[in-house]
Amino acid sequence: MGGYGEVQMIDENGIRADGRGPGDIRPITIETGVVPVADGSCRMTWGTNEAIVAVYGPMEAHPRKIQRQDRAVLDVAYNMAPFSTTDRMRPGFNRRSREVSKVTQDALESVVLLELYPRSKIRISIEIVSAEAGTRCVGLTAASVALADAGIPMMDLVVSVASGKINDVVVCDLNKEEDNYGEADLPMGIMPNSGELVFLQMDGDLSQDEFKQAWEYNMDAAQEIHKLMVEALNGGDTQ
Amino acid sequence: MNGGPVARLDNMTKKNGAAGPQGNKRGNNLVVPGDDLGDSEGFEAGHGVLEMSGRLKALKQGRLREKGRLISIEPVHTRYIPRPGDLVIGFIEGCTNNLWFIELGAPFNAILPMSLGPGKVDFGGTRSVMDIGDAVLCRVQEVEETHSSVVTMKGMGLRKIRSGVVEEIDPHLLGKIIGKGGETLRRMKAETECRIVVADNGRMWIDGELDGILDVRNRLSEISRDSRGGRN
Repeated sequence: MGGYGEVQMIDENGIRADGRGPGDIRPITIETGVVPVADGSCRMTWGTNEAIVAVYGPMEAHPRKIQRQDRAVLDVAYNMAPFSTTDRMRPGFNRRSREVSKVTQDALESVVLLELYPRSKIRISIEIVSAEAGTRCVGLTAASVALADAGIPMMDLVVSVASGKINDVVVCDLNKEEDNYGEADLPMGIMPNSGELVFLQMDGDLSQDEFKQAWEYNMDAAQEIHKLMVEALNGGDTQ
Repeated sequence: MNGGPVARLDNMTKKNGAAGPQGNKRGNNLVVPGDDLGDSEGFEAGHGVLEMSGRLKALKQGRLREKGRLISIEPVHTRYIPRPGDLVIGFIEGCTNNLWFIELGAPFNAILPMSLGPGKVDFGGTRSVMDIGDAVLCRVQEVEETHSSVVTMKGMGLRKIRSGVVEEIDPHLLGKIIGKGGETLRRMKAETECRIVVADNGRMWIDGELDGILDVRNRLSEISRDSRGGRN
């Protein structure tokens, strides 16, 4: 990256192309119970991203060789729908979706209390219906809401959000252009109550100061998004 | 779900001198995983609550319940997990020479050994007594730590279901169907002239005249529809 330095994505007043300030996130909506047959589900829109997550389980793990005698296993499948991007995605798994599934699974394994359900499996399907930038963050955040909706015990919800660098300025929650032509991207998975991390990746280079700034943007955004998640989980209920 | 003080994996924090949620989340009834429920001093962590370095923490999404010193969370939506003593309705999913495998809607199938089956069964004759697909009313006898459970049919009223229908409903809606002190259920039984057995795993055995059964069914789907705005 860094070869697109002449693309102006943020002006001298710190206003980005889509009108946001450097620390602002795109608009988010969260809804639970959208897949009636699933044990828990969530639809999340984040800017023009949209993800639908369904959670099934705990159930008996099949085939038997994947069972663990002391804990449950998670089966996370992240998939982008063929119609989710402007040029058609080839259906099925690819290198990228496998990677995202893997990191999402690792992140969720550190919050779900797996040892309460030995020999079981919890299946999490993340379907990206509309993709802009930061779909792994949308998928992970929505997955934690769906897990909570399914009544699965967890240490905390997970809020995932990315900050990055565009035109040498650190900004929060990159959109498509900023992600494509920017210099760096730092997605994080945060446990909002303790501020602990369950997921951290970095694409491109950030100096130590820039890293700290991106970290702070992510932490602040996490608190903001966490409020919406709580509202979605508690508000959609009767009584 | 009704819950007695059963040893469950999730309240084995064993540091009971606990005490509870002081302030913050107490008034607000609904909690989500990760919520801080206050100081654990003088309170006990029940279902869905974890005691960690002197604080109580919510592990599930649901309603906060306080019973004396016990703080627990009643999940809004969850899979059925068997507990010893639960009355359940299961379907036979398989048999061997000396036992049946029973599907309870839980993560794992339960086993019903011949010795706990109905009446006298000869070795190898399990299938002629109760075949695959049959519904049985039984009781959970034992749940192991690995979640395998044993059910029994020895006991009052426990039997193979030969008439009527079995309806399924989310376990968390059972309270709504039964009502305070069984009032709602009693009224439903009287008005529809049906025999209704509500099992803890969210299944109901409804027996009676066809019109009555259909009436009960309609009422159930209405209750399901009302909760969660059309879900299920």
